[in-house]
Parts: sequence; structure tokens; C-alpha cells
Amino acid sequence: MPPPLPTLAIPTLFLILIASAVSCSSLPPEDGIRIVSAEKRIDLTAPIVKVFLTLKVENAPTANDDASQVLLAFTPTEAQHLSIVKATRAEGKRKNKSYVPLPVEASDLDTTAPNGARLYSVLLSSPLKPGEATTLQVLYVLTHSLEPFPAEVSQSEPELVYYRDSAVLLSPYHVLEQVTYIKMPSNRIESFTRVDPTSRAGTEVKYGTYHNQMPSSYLPILVHYENNRPFAVVEELVRKVEISHWGNIQITEQYKLKHGGARHKGVFSRLEYQSRPSISGASSFKNLLARLPPRVHSVYYRDEIGNISSSHLRTDSHKSELEIEPRYPLFGGWHCTFTIGYGLPLQDFVFESVDGRRYINLTFGCPLLDTVVDDLTIKVVLPEGSKNPQPVAPFVTEKHLETSYLYLDVVGRPTVVLKKKNVVGEHNVPFQVYYEFNPIFMMAEPSMLISAALLFFIACIAYLHMDLSIGKSS
Amino acid sequence: MAEPVVSPAAAGGGGRLRNAFGGVLCAFTLLLIGVLAFSIRLFSVIKYESVIHEFDPYFNFRVTQFLSKNGIYEFWNWFDDRTWYPLGRVIGGTVYPGLTLTAGTIWWLVNSLNIPLSVETVCVFTAPIFSANASWATYLLTKEAKGTGAGLMAAAILAMVPSYISRSVAGSYDNEAVAIFALIFTFYLYVKTLNTGSLFYATLNALSYFYMVCSWGGYTFIINLIPMHVLLCIVTGRYSSRLYIAYAPLVILGTLLAALVPVVGFNAVMTSEHFASFLVFIILHVVALVYYIKGLLTPRLFKVAMTLVISVGLAVCFAVVAILVAVVASSPTKGWSGRSLSLLDPTYASKYIPIIASVSEHQPPTWPSYFMDINVLAFLIPAGIISCFLPLSDASSFMVLYLVTAVYFSGVMVRLMLVLAPAACILSGIALSEVFGVLTRSIKFQLSKLFDDSPAASGESSPESSTNSNKSENRNEKSETAPKERPSKKNRKKEKEVAESVPVRPRKEKRLLALPFELSVMGILLLIVLGGFYVVHCVWAAAEAYSAPSIVLTSRSRDGLHVFDDFREAYAWLSHNTDVDDKVASWWDYGYQTTAMANRTVIVDNNTWNNTHIATVGTAMSSPEKAAWEIFNSLDVKYVLVVFGGLVGYPSDDINKFLWMVRIGGGVFPHIKEPDYLRDGQYRVDAQATPTMLNCLMYKLCYYRFVETDGKGFDRVRGYEIGKKHFKLTHFEEVFTTHHWMVRIYKLKPQKNRVRGKLKKAKSSAKTSSTLAAGRKKNPWQ
Repeated sequence: MPPPLPTLAIPTLFLILIASAVSCSSLPPEDGIRIVSAEKRIDLTAPIVKVFLTLKVENAPTANDDASQVLLAFTPTEAQHLSIVKATRAEGKRKNKSYVPLPVEASDLDTTAPNGARLYSVLLSSPLKPGEATTLQVLYVLTHSLEPFPAEVSQSEPELVYYRDSAVLLSPYHVLEQVTYIKMPSNRIESFTRVDPTSRAGTEVKYGTYHNQMPSSYLPILVHYENNRPFAVVEELVRKVEISHWGNIQITEQYKLKHGGARHKGVFSRLEYQSRPSISGASSFKNLLARLPPRVHSVYYRDEIGNISSSHLRTDSHKSELEIEPRYPLFGGWHCTFTIGYGLPLQDFVFESVDGRRYINLTFGCPLLDTVVDDLTIKVVLPEGSKNPQPVAPFVTEKHLETSYLYLDVVGRPTVVLKKKNVVGEHNVPFQVYYEFNPIFMMAEPSMLISAALLFFIACIAYLHMDLSIGKSS
Repeated sequence: MAEPVVSPAAAGGGGRLRNAFGGVLCAFTLLLIGVLAFSIRLFSVIKYESVIHEFDPYFNFRVTQFLSKNGIYEFWNWFDDRTWYPLGRVIGGTVYPGLTLTAGTIWWLVNSLNIPLSVETVCVFTAPIFSANASWATYLLTKEAKGTGAGLMAAAILAMVPSYISRSVAGSYDNEAVAIFALIFTFYLYVKTLNTGSLFYATLNALSYFYMVCSWGGYTFIINLIPMHVLLCIVTGRYSSRLYIAYAPLVILGTLLAALVPVVGFNAVMTSEHFASFLVFIILHVVALVYYIKGLLTPRLFKVAMTLVISVGLAVCFAVVAILVAVVASSPTKGWSGRSLSLLDPTYASKYIPIIASVSEHQPPTWPSYFMDINVLAFLIPAGIISCFLPLSDASSFMVLYLVTAVYFSGVMVRLMLVLAPAACILSGIALSEVFGVLTRSIKFQLSKLFDDSPAASGESSPESSTNSNKSENRNEKSETAPKERPSKKNRKKEKEVAESVPVRPRKEKRLLALPFELSVMGILLLIVLGGFYVVHCVWAAAEAYSAPSIVLTSRSRDGLHVFDDFREAYAWLSHNTDVDDKVASWWDYGYQTTAMANRTVIVDNNTWNNTHIATVGTAMSSPEKAAWEIFNSLDVKYVLVVFGGLVGYPSDDINKFLWMVRIGGGVFPHIKEPDYLRDGQYRVDAQATPTMLNCLMYKLCYYRFVETDGKGFDRVRGYEIGKKHFKLTHFEEVFTTHHWMVRIYKLKPQKNRVRGKLKKAKSSAKTSSTLAAGRKKNPWQ
């Protein structure tokens, strides 16, 4: 079992709850910390915004205490759309440099931050002594942060979006030197806010270098550019995993898909869509790629009115790729629903742990590439007769237990339900569900069937040998 | 199934083991026949997918979904507001609930066992399950008439008869799938009652009839055929108490039960379809009374009484009949429903009800369709009829009557070929079984003569060989003995004794009439070839001709299979990207599918109960754009859906159905005149088409921007270039067209804002148009 990853993405809903839970153990912000240099790279090429921060953090020589955490600040809007925050720390010298993942938690110090900014704390693996410096790499992912403008486009128009951020790093610390890069997918940039020094080179806009920024400084910028990448948003995904100890794991995934970009306006002309595919419907998309585990079998792709015949499956020994096309190309604001189902060999995913319990090891998240899942539900249906189910996920999820009844079940199957909001590709990491199972329960249903057949034959024999007539017929 | 095991066992101690073995073999054969009937219908699932087929099954599926979700009481009270907008439809009271309740029960049963089958899966497999049931029912029916051998043969033939397959492949979730089983089973119980005189079977018969009434409007066939047979029996002097028991309870119980079904209700006593059964009911009682009096009086007194009664009775009868005729004649349709009338008078529908005539399955069949649907059975039927007359029993006369009426009905409507199929199977089964019986017996006889000349041994072997078909005796012998024996057959036991004794007696003659050895072997081989031909044809028909679900089309080209899934593409688009209460107008063929797959409100659907409403849509489709917009707008329509096959060559599209839109529309709204659309008596959309045609909405919606695909506008279905190539739409806008252009969806543009300067002009034109509308009855919804 891999160690739980030190990442923590917290849906805003649970922020307060968890913050209060952490409060008793956390420390006040160290006064001595300052950021010597910060580099912020914003990747706007996809509908999902990825921000890479490289922070060189120093504990001032004058500080009294060791620093055990570094705080990151987000605006309330960012915090709302924040999907995941990951941090690593560079350790060792140049030759054998390695990046150690660090745990990130929502901090309880929100009250001290101005204007409702949310703080996340990166817990350092080893405290920073006064005068010491270290380099942190932070990645955070924002969803639904690109606002289409114009909000409605017709079939032949490209899609333009706004992105709002700050030219300088929002931080509770002093920032001595910092620079921000914004990378766009194409040369077509309508406008961008100038906060000198600002320069543009091709698809990239550079803000900075700025010096000596005070804590909590914020310089709003707005970038307006063209983004025709598919804005595929899965509004709701329910993944149902059924484990059968007869050798199969059946996975059923129900998708509610939406094109989250600028709304489609006016007519849809198939003629133009077919004859001029490059211009017409530039912002629409018609296929998606799902990455499934290797050795997948009996794959199906359908919706509520039957099979959808446009899909391709490619398998090799490392992975399987399922390319699916919805029934119609999706334009802005159009919806569709579909179901993907497949079977997996049991031995690839269910193992026995050292303490005799069994566990299933599956990937969290959504197999579709480059999509945002607003609302993810994973249901792991354990075999009938299993006990003490216990999910282990690397991040906070809402979880509860259910009982489902399938295939002649009498007592029902324990079902672990995990729910998470705002899921992106970075969440595709393994999670486990531990449970106890006695193989004798595998025989329950076959023996029921056998006894039913036996009873039927006995009843037949009895009926044929009995005379049920009341009087003798003459 | 207990029957074949028990009854031969009672026959004698010596053959007990052999009979038990025969019984098990028979049961096993029946099981295999059931498996065959089920599995031959799975081609559609294997070749395509597990999906509901065509049009009507989608409605049934939707009703079943409603039933399984809301329960039976909600179902009876269901008023569906998603169809026939703005009228709606009372589903609970206008639908034959048999199929829905059957599938709903199966679904409930399966789900209470925690087997997670969806309603759709249950619906898809209902028809194959019931065809297995139907073949078992055929076995029972034929066995009553001609014994086990003929029964097995008939069951095997029915299991794969193409005519029935066409209606019961997996996914063809239609009333007929269940109704054919109910039909055969009702006939079986009737014949069984007739043979045994048991009130138990008579009650079962009424219940089975009730199930049939629940399932299909074709129940009127039963309630007319059985009285006809009763009448036939009376006329031919075969009246017996068994006949009375078989018929009287059926009429009373059956009519009461039938009246319980909401869709039938008081029709069970009020309409002319049921009249014959009551008339025969009275006649039967009169005859029963006559027989009773005949038993009381001496022959001379009886004669006197007879003349008296007849003279008085006839007078009363005439009076009653005259009153009835007057009552019936006072109603315009003579008390018959349109569909029944079009059966009695094949030209009726095309004259008065174009909506019935417009359905292709209501057309008379062509000769090849007989060969397609019942294949070699068509040639075996005459032989079956002959063997039914040798000897003519109550049961076999019923078979002949069933066949003759079914042949007539199938000749009127191609759809009723389905009713003919079981009759054809039964009679062919009888014929084949008889011929096999004769041939194998003569082979056996010749063989024994060849190897062993002792007459005793051969005498022993010959009756034993004919145990399976012990009623298939020598023809001369039987025809002589049968009439004499008839009165003595008081009950079942005696009948059986006679049947047992018959093959023993004609032993001598049979030996003389045995066919030559070579001829028999040849005959058997030829029959096997014939049977093989039939099987091959059936499998071909099941696999190629009847398994296409019609909502998804495939074509094979050099670079593999090409799938045309345009219908579902359009329905999925409608269901996900339009507002849930939007109204969609299309020709009525697509109504059921739109409500079931897209879950949108439609104006008209395949339940063609309101001719005016359909005519309104037909009128809109055949009007120019502005008038059509007004009609659709007054109906709250937001989207208009047309099916267009011109790009890929899909022939059953709306342009080819346009003739009926004009005809039905013109039937109600006279300003639509069919000749306006015709050029030299033909519907054309090419350069020679009439201007009315080229300006009507249907033409415009189908061919909008079509010319830009290839530059010429070549229509692949009609095989010519279209007449008007470049035009613009002013009141409609294209919102969706499927991948192969097979379904095109247009949205009604909102009304334009009034421009101040044009106010006066607009007002005056509105005035004229409104007076025009009033004068010409343009739109009934304003």
C-alpha cells in the first residue's frame, strides 16, 4: 500500500469544520519568514487553470523560533474554485536534489488574514532554523476560473475567456522579489492589464520583476484571450464498483457531461460543421479520451436509450484507452449523459493484507482526461457477507455506508460511498477499501439455486404420485 | 406437462415404461422447442443490441416504465399530458394493459428476487419468452385435435414461423407478442372443454379469454370465431352437452370479464363485433331446448310441437332481428369500429379513413409476402385440411374454420398474417405428422415383410409403430367408421377407447395399402429436405429480414459496417438540450419515440385517435411557411422535427410520407387540395414539381441548404435533383441536424417586434388574414 499522499484539497464546505479540528495543534504565523524570491507560472492553456509556484523561503536570522510551516494565501474566489494544492520541498544539493512531498492543510488562521483571504499551511518536514532557507514548489489547480466573454458565441466564432488574478503573489509574508508568467494557448490575446514592468512574448505574458512587496499586497489583473480547448465539465459522476470474488470487478460509471464554455447561440448548421471543420464549431468538441486500467474487458458505452456506436478501445499491457464520442458534438451549454461500464480481473485489484483483511486498490477520480468533475460519488459494493469496511483515501472525502441488494442477495452487500466535489486529474491516485471476507459466503447463492431446483423436482415427483381427486371419477 | 406422462400410463400395463419414456422424451422435446423459439429471436440482440424496436413498442415501454415506477392504481388513472398536446390522452383507459401488466409483473418478480434487471431488459425479452409459451400452447391445441406427434410437429413449426418472428423478436415489445400466445391458449382451452365437457376448463377458458382481451384488440377474432364454430357444429348436427359447456360459460363469464377492461368496457355488449356471440348464445339455447323436448316427447308429438314452435318462433325471431337491424342501422358505422369495417370491406379504409390506409401494415399483402411469412407451410396447409377431414371431429373442424377465416383476414391486411401463422403451423404440423406416420409405417411394414415373412410378427409391429400418431389411420377405413361412431362418443374415455381400438382393426387393410419401400424412403427424404428448406428460410428471415430495430440502421460497404444512429442522436439532443416542457411537432410516426426517448411533449403520436389533430399537423406541413408557423405557434410548438433521407438514401422519410399528410390534412381542411401537389398524378419534388409543393413547409424543412452539400441537390431516395435549390427560411431556424442529415430539427422563430412605422399596414393585413382564416377554416386552434 502506498503512503497517503501529502496533499489535501478541501472543499469549501468542510473548511470551517476541519479548520476548527486543526486549531488546537497549530501555531501562530512565524514572524520571521519571508519569501526571498517567488516565481508564479500560470498555465491557462487548458480550461483547468494550473499554477506553479516556486518559493524560496527564508527564516530571518533574527527570528526567535524555528519555522515548522509556511502559509499560502488565496482570495475567497480562488479558494472556492481551488481543487487541489500540492507542495514539494527541494532537498539536498544540486547533484542529488530530490523533491519531498509535503502535507498541506487548510489553516485556521483565516481570521488574521485581511478581506477574507483563506490560508493554507504547508507543513515542513523539518523545521526551518533561523537563518536557513529552503525552496518550495507548490502546484494548485483552479477550476471554473475562466469566464467566457462574450458569454454566448455562435457556431463560427471562437471562444474568448477572461482570467482574473493578481500580478503579485498574495502572501502573508514579505516578498522580496517576484515574477509572474501567464501562458496562453494561442497568440490571440485580446487584452491584458499592464502593471509595469509587463511584457509579452508570443503566447506568454510576464509580470515583473517586482521588488519588496508588503504582505497581502494584491494587484488585480485581467487577461482576455482565446481558448478553444474543450471545456468538458462532468457535472455529476457516479462510479459503482462491484466486487465478485468469483473473479471479476464490474465498474459502472454514469456521467452527466456539459460543455462549460461560452453558450452556443443561434443556429447549429450541420452543413457548416461538416464542410468547414476548422472554422465552424471551433469551441465545440466531439470526442473524449478515457484512460482505463489494463486488461479491461467487456467494455460498453451507452446511454439511457441504448448503445452509442461511436467509440474505440485500444488496449496494451500498460493501459487501455477508450475514445468515446457523445451522440452529437457538444457546443457551449449543451449537455449529454452516458454510461461507461467495464470489467476488470479480480486479481489485479483485490489483495490480501498482512493482517488477513482484504483490500481493493483502485484509482480515485475520473478516467476521462482533462475534465473537471463537479460532483464525484464512488460506491464500492463489497461482496455479500463481508464485514468492517474501511475506506482509506489520500484526501478528505465525505463517506458513509449503505447496503445494496443484487443477484438474489438476502442480507445485502455492504457498500462504501465516497463523495468529493471539484475533482480534477491530479486526484487520480490510488485509494483502498479494507474489508473482512469469508469465502464460504461465495457458496450462498449457488446453494440457494440448487436447493430451489431440488425442491421443484421433489414437488413434481410428489404431485405425480398423489391422487388429489375428491371422488372417484366414473 | 404432466399430461403426456399420465394419460398414456393409464392406457395399459405393458407399455407403461415405454409410455413413461415417451412422456419424458416429449417433455424434453418441448423444452428444446421452447429454447429454439426463444433463441431464434435473439438475432436482433446479437446483431444489433438489446434495445426496444420500432414505434409502438416504445409506447408500451414507456407505459411499463410508468407502471413499474408508480404502481397499478396510478397506472389506471394515468392521464398523459406529454402527448396529443393540448388534449392529452387518458392512457389507463385507452390502452390494452395485458402486455404492460405482464412485463410489469415479470419485472416486479425479478426485482423482488434482487436481480437487478432494468425495465428495458425485461421488455426486450418479453416477446421471446412468450413465443416459447405460444409454441407450447400450440402443442397442446394440436394434441387435442390430432395427437402428440402432430402437436410436437406444429409446436416446432410455430417456434420458427417467420410471420410470428417478425412480431416477436427480442425488442419487439408489442401487444401481438403476448396476444398470439393468449389466442392459441384460449383456442386450446376451448377445444379441450369441447373434448372433455369439463366445467373446470370452461372457466379457465374464460380467464384465458380475459387475458386475451387485456392484450390485444384482436380478441374480437376469438369472440367471432368460436360462435362460428358453435354454429357450424349445430348446423352439422354435432350438438352435444360438451358444446354447451364449452360455449355458454365463455360468453357469460368472458363478456363480464371483458367489460372489466377499461378500454373495452361497455363495448363488450354494445358493439356489433360482439353481436354474433350473443346471437349464437341464443341459438344454442334454443337448440338445447329442442334436444331436451325431443327427449321428452314421442317422435309424432315432437313433429307437431316442432311445426308449432317454428312458426311462432320464426315470427318472434323476425321481429327481434328487425328491431336489432333498425337499431344497428341507425348508427352511421352500423355499430362497427373503423378497423373492423375495413376488415369486412377491404375497400372501406382507403375510401373513408386515410389514416388507417396510410399504415403500410394495413395494406393487403402481396403473394410473395405469403411465401416470405409462412414459406412451405402454404403448400402443406391443403394436406392438413384434408387430414382434418379424415375424420372430422369437433376439434379438427375448428382448425379448418380457424384457418379459413384467418386466410381471409390475412388477405385483407398484411398485419393479420400473424393470425394466420398459428393456423398454418397447426395444419402443416398435422399434415407432416400424418405423412410421416404413413411413410414410416409402410417402411416398417415393408421391412418386416422383407426380413420376416411371418404375418404375426408384422402384425404386432405395425400398431406399435403408430402409437405416436395413432389417429392417423388408413383413410378409407376411417372415413367410413367415423360418422357411425360419432353419436356414441359421449365422453372422453369412450373416445379414447375408440381411438385405441381403431388402429388394431384395420391391420389387414393397412398392410394392403402400404406404400412401396423405395417410395416411402424417397418421400421421407423429400419431406426432410422440405423441412430443411423451411428451417433455413426461417433462420434467414429471423437473422436478416426481421431483426433490424429500425431506429438504428446499418449498411455494409467495402470499408466495413457503417452505422446510422441518427434517430437516437436527435432524440438525445432533444432530451438534453431543450426545455423539459417544450413541444415538438412531427408527423405522427415519430410521436411515440419522441415521448419515450426524448421525453418531450408531442402534438400527435402513433395512437391515431384524433383524426382532426393529425390533419392539423398534416395541414401545417403542407402549408407555406407563414401559415404553418401560425398553426404551429397556436399549438405552442417550439420545435419541428422532420425525417429526411435524401442525403443517405433512407427511403421511408417524410417526403415519401408527404402524400398522406396532404391527403389526411385535405380530408379535414379543404383548402389543402391534393391536385395542387401533384404533377401528372405524381408527387414530385424535382424541377417539374408544382409551386405549391416547392413552397410547402415540408419541402423547405427537408431541403434547407441541401444543395450546398454536393452543389446540385441530388436526392438519393427520389433519384433526381430537387426543384428549388436556394431558398431562405423566414419563420424557422435550423437548430440541429444529425450526422447523416436523417433528422432535422427546426425552431420556430419568435414573433418579430412591431416596427412603429409599419403598424398601420400590419394591422390591416392582420385583419384580412384573420377573416381569411375564419372563412377558409385554416386553423381550428385560433
